[in-house]
Amino acid sequence: MASPVVQLPDAQLRPLLAAYDASVRERRWNTLLFGLCLVVAVALSSVSAEVSLGKLFGNIGNFTSYIGRLFHLESGAPVWTDPVEWYWGLARWLRLLAETLLMAYVGTALGAIGAFFLCFLAAANVSPRPWLRLAVRRFCELCRTVPELVFALMFVIAFGLGPMAGVLAVAIHTLGALGKLFAEVVENIDMKPVEGITATGAHWTTAMRYGALPQTLSNFVSYTLLRFEINVRGATVMGFVGAGGIGMDLVEAIRKFYYSDVSAILLLIVITVSVIDTLTGVVRHRLIGLEERR
Amino acid sequence: MALRMSVDMAAIRARHPHHFGGSGRSRQLAVATGVAAALLLLFGMGQLGFFGGTFLAGLGKLGEIAGLMLPPDPGDWAHVRLYLLSLVETVAIALLGTLAAAVLAGPLALLAAKNVMTARIMHFLARRSLDTIRSVDILIWALIWINVVGLGPFAGVLAIMTSDIGNFGKLFSEAIEAADRKPREGIVAAGGGAVLGIRFGILPEVFPVLASQVLYFFESNTRSATIIGIVGAGGLGLHLAEAIRTLELQQASFIILTILIAVAAIDVVSNQLRFALIGRRGRLA
Repeated sequence: MASPVVQLPDAQLRPLLAAYDASVRERRWNTLLFGLCLVVAVALSSVSAEVSLGKLFGNIGNFTSYIGRLFHLESGAPVWTDPVEWYWGLARWLRLLAETLLMAYVGTALGAIGAFFLCFLAAANVSPRPWLRLAVRRFCELCRTVPELVFALMFVIAFGLGPMAGVLAVAIHTLGALGKLFAEVVENIDMKPVEGITATGAHWTTAMRYGALPQTLSNFVSYTLLRFEINVRGATVMGFVGAGGIGMDLVEAIRKFYYSDVSAILLLIVITVSVIDTLTGVVRHRLIGLEERR
Repeated sequence: MALRMSVDMAAIRARHPHHFGGSGRSRQLAVATGVAAALLLLFGMGQLGFFGGTFLAGLGKLGEIAGLMLPPDPGDWAHVRLYLLSLVETVAIALLGTLAAAVLAGPLALLAAKNVMTARIMHFLARRSLDTIRSVDILIWALIWINVVGLGPFAGVLAIMTSDIGNFGKLFSEAIEAADRKPREGIVAAGGGAVLGIRFGILPEVFPVLASQVLYFFESNTRSATIIGIVGAGGLGLHLAEAIRTLELQQASFIILTILIAVAAIDVVSNQLRFALIGRRGRLA
């Protein structure tokens, strides 16, 4: 059976094949080397992080039984047989949940307002002074690299136990994160309106207000909503360090082994977070739609 | 020399009505939303006690604390050694957690990707369970795992792994859904099975994207790993929380500085790695 494929003569084919083999071999070696490095890194890390698979598999029964116990009441009955007993603290938890949401909202709003004023100073294309831009950038970096909870720990000392410390921690972190994102939005604008307004002799603030702001506002709102989603999640654990919200009750329930309370609160959190995610998702998609129609 | 012309606004308004009118209703809606948001902010601040004296008093105290934190000072060399060891532990926790999550999230992401998992119900279930995992914060996972494997860094590894399975599952499945379906169709048409279709039709295309996401999360997990110590799951966070609570503020600021430097270093390294990965394979795509 004659093959329809035209074959090169052997002499011509051999160097080509050799070159192909060499390039494949090189790639294989690279991959192997990278894999080896990774294995060594994992091995060293496992020593440092006290990984013991034996303990994991020996105690994995604990995990499943823990999850199981979460869904049983003190009396031993499954939680869904007696929802009233399961959610005995509903009024208190809903109040704490509302406080958590309010913390996330106020924190996001304050952070976004701060970021809004900083971003025009931090954007390379419109910043009035280079040194100011650098200073604002570094400040935002500091605000978002230090974890929220660390700020919360310090604010708890200054402002006392309670939601205010949590709000401020959320706000500072949001300021850092949104400051960077907002500045990037401003860097991507069309400069012509800004130049036009500056050419009329207008002050920098006027140029920003009428030249830059209209192009950026919908993106600002969209990023703020995204951040709000993240902050709702973050606010649920602020209570772990005494900074308000539902985290306080949750950490107490986990530490004191009130199993059914843990599952009740976790379920409330999961539902709230997914409702918020869906709502902000809808609004954000509409905003993106508005942007595209323009 | 007053060259300023008096501008006849009414005439301009009459000539270009579409520039002035706005789109009446949507503008009113936007203003109303803005006002409502501002009112809610004021209400919230009132509820959370911002308008009492505590806020101003706290600000003064905060200034005092900031003053006490300077200059950063670890105390003695024994502390430096302890902190550096914990720093290594923190990075190790982040590395192992991220890698384990990436390995475990791969198959889950295939289940949650619309174009691979055609059975709608499976796809829906996978998505919902990933969402549920994601909506529980990493600290909560850490507390749960502490109950299983005890206090220590291993619980931290497992916590990062669990919470990242949710994140990776979502991101990976989105990357897979965005992949071009032609290579896979070609392989299936040539007689390759579903597994071969995924291995040679999807994986080469999405691998650089996935790898860069894993690197990005390694960075952000280094940050997370510094806080899970606060609940006792290993790493620098334990020492940090202790230093802040016992008001050893100079030590606390030293630890924070260490974290900042470590995160910046990892940022640089992983950027280089990401560049190498995308640069090498991105050209083919």
